[in-house]
Amino acid sequence: MLSRTASTLYWMSRNVERAENTARILDVAHRMSLLTKDPDLQDQEWFAPLNITGTLFPFSGRHAIVNSKEVLHFMALDADNPSSIYSCARQARENARAVRGTITSEMWEVLNGTWLEMQNMDEDRLYARGISSFFDWVKERSHLFRGVTFGTIRRDEAFQFHRLGTYLERADNTARMLDVKYHVLLPSVEDVGGAVDYYQWSAVLRSVSAFESYRKVYRDIITPLKVAELLILRDDIPRSMRFCYRDVYQILCEVQNRASMEATRQAGEIYAALQFGTMQNIFQAGLHEYLTSFLESSNKLSGEVDKAFFARTLSATA
Amino acid sequence: MALKKFFNEMYSDDGKARPHYEAFGDWLTNTPPEKITQNRQAADLLFHRVGITFAVYGEATGTERLIPFDIVPHVIPGKQWEQVSKGLKQRVTALNAFLHDIYHEQNILRAGKVPAHKVIKNSQFRPEMIGINVPGGIYAHVAGIDLVKDFDGEYYVLEDNLRTPSGVSYLLENRKMMMRLFPELFAQQRIRPVDHYPDLLLETLRNAAPVGIDNPTIVLMTPGNFNSAYFEHAFLAQQMGIELVEGVDLFVQEDTVFMRTTQGPQKVDVIYRRIDDDFIDPEAFRKDSMLGVPGLMRAYRAGRVTLANAVGTGVADDKSMYPYVPDMIRFYLDEEPILKNVHTYMLDDKKDLDYVLANMQDLVIKEAQGSGGYNMLVGPTSTKEERERYKQRVLDAPERFIAQPTLSLSVCPTFVDKGLAPRHIDLRPYVLSGKNVSFVPGGLTRVALREGSLVVNSSQGGGVKDTWIVD
Repeated sequence: MLSRTASTLYWMSRNVERAENTARILDVAHRMSLLTKDPDLQDQEWFAPLNITGTLFPFSGRHAIVNSKEVLHFMALDADNPSSIYSCARQARENARAVRGTITSEMWEVLNGTWLEMQNMDEDRLYARGISSFFDWVKERSHLFRGVTFGTIRRDEAFQFHRLGTYLERADNTARMLDVKYHVLLPSVEDVGGAVDYYQWSAVLRSVSAFESYRKVYRDIITPLKVAELLILRDDIPRSMRFCYRDVYQILCEVQNRASMEATRQAGEIYAALQFGTMQNIFQAGLHEYLTSFLESSNKLSGEVDKAFFARTLSATA
Repeated sequence: MALKKFFNEMYSDDGKARPHYEAFGDWLTNTPPEKITQNRQAADLLFHRVGITFAVYGEATGTERLIPFDIVPHVIPGKQWEQVSKGLKQRVTALNAFLHDIYHEQNILRAGKVPAHKVIKNSQFRPEMIGINVPGGIYAHVAGIDLVKDFDGEYYVLEDNLRTPSGVSYLLENRKMMMRLFPELFAQQRIRPVDHYPDLLLETLRNAAPVGIDNPTIVLMTPGNFNSAYFEHAFLAQQMGIELVEGVDLFVQEDTVFMRTTQGPQKVDVIYRRIDDDFIDPEAFRKDSMLGVPGLMRAYRAGRVTLANAVGTGVADDKSMYPYVPDMIRFYLDEEPILKNVHTYMLDDKKDLDYVLANMQDLVIKEAQGSGGYNMLVGPTSTKEERERYKQRVLDAPERFIAQPTLSLSVCPTFVDKGLAPRHIDLRPYVLSGKNVSFVPGGLTRVALREGSLVVNSSQGGGVKDTWIVD
């Protein structure tokens, strides 16, 4: 497969996954803000989406205050914010257009259709439709894309690079979300069992569709340690970091080439740490430190993947 | 303007549908208008969803437009098509022979059948190609021959397209759409299928591989996704199962072309390029081209890779060469041309020039090397000022222009805002040359949607129709 094609497929999937994750994050912020009547506390909830996506800085450059209206616009509809849902939908569609010869027509139609509908979305329409309904739509389009991809594409390299982009993006997102909520996950003693914490934790779980799984796995009240364990170390939760990295490692083994040894090694190292890690050790080292170091390694791996598969400098004799 | 008579493809003079249009005519009469509107809307929606668009130059970046599709087909009786297809085969065979000749012995120039200076001094003549032997002696692997029907119902060749003719994807998508909208009409009569075009094209490209290569790696080279025909490039690559590459994906080492893949470099044998000569290799042609592959011409000249179409075909489809095609047929094939040429005035000829300047309001004047329907003067619909301005341009460089009588292009009923109305059409069959000459029946029918307009180009408000060859 052409290096350029592989790279475009990979970014196409990252963009779709990113749009879905952003919708999930905003949905949680929206739900949380409904739990309180205090306008100040309501606005407080809208810092989280900015922190998780690392966009607080560009946001404050253009908006004076943090509240639901401003953040929603910035993260869902703003054409100038490259990681808004709008921009991700546009970018994914542009990527798909550039590799139309490689993806199936059904995949193209999903992304093209999503973009055509997204293009018509503005603030009035968003509120008229209902915020949650909009997020549901974004998630549904992403589910549809994944399903259509799974159901139609040949199991060749194109499929692998699509998955590689998806899982790297998803693992990253789960780690970021945990990192922003880590102060909630490590409450002071007197707060334990408080109603607000219950909602915070369950919100984290819901944002990755893992609330029901938590109940099934632990049959227990929601505790921070177990929430973290579920989303970092469990191998049967599709949005957990371990789950994602099992696939990342496996994909890199399958698509390996002469230049990709280092990428495979790094992925294997990250996966091994997730596979054999324990919550005790992670909490001892500090959850925040652990996640920060994970995000650094994952970032480094992305660079390595880029070098091994997408670089334009390969020559016949290299 | 005096009322001019046009050949109506669907209805004869007594207002009855011609025999080959009977089935569609019945459908039209027996279907309630709401259902017709519904079908038209369904077509629009589907084309949008599938994303069959083309980019328009000169508009905001990334502008994509839907090419208007009309549900009334252009129907041609099988018998008539047989005759046309013989003519196409003859014409393209002669054009390929001409290209081989002018880059080798130049017999036709020595015989004085075509003025040598018009070939050698033509900006599309590529001295780099002299003496190069291309596989099978084929230069124009894919040719688009534009045909029109005059009021007598006879076909004329309007122009030959031998560089990178586009539009075949619309032909295929139009058919898919019609089969979806009118399954009953396809069940009722035999409409010759066209869906095997990608197979024929792939076969043609495989045949074009350098000698000794049995299982060639073929790629389709596009200028990129901002090109107006990008959709088609992606579509054809996908249909043939070959890689769609851009210049940056290829490189040349030791006169061999490679593409950069995730598994390292892979050798390329045949390049179906949809990019003009000028841009394919900055070492050989335009230095500022960012789209090309440095060294590609070296590999080509060394016979290590085939370009389809070959470099230098533009000299044969130039409008200043067009008047000589009938003579090429006689010279190379010793046959009489089956398809007629439109009479063409060469403005470097004093007599022709005088006549043309005196009769501008009746003629179409074009630049010999223009394309896409830009920069032409359509006499009957022009204003006095337009003619005066054009006259100045012609006098500045008469050799750059040709003129033709305004043809009364045939009309086909077409849905417009106020209902069904006759609109002018042309037909572009795609002719493939490999071991044999092959094509799918019919071609792309283009329709000028503006009332009275003769310009069918999509960039100038043209639309498309499905073309049915019925037996």
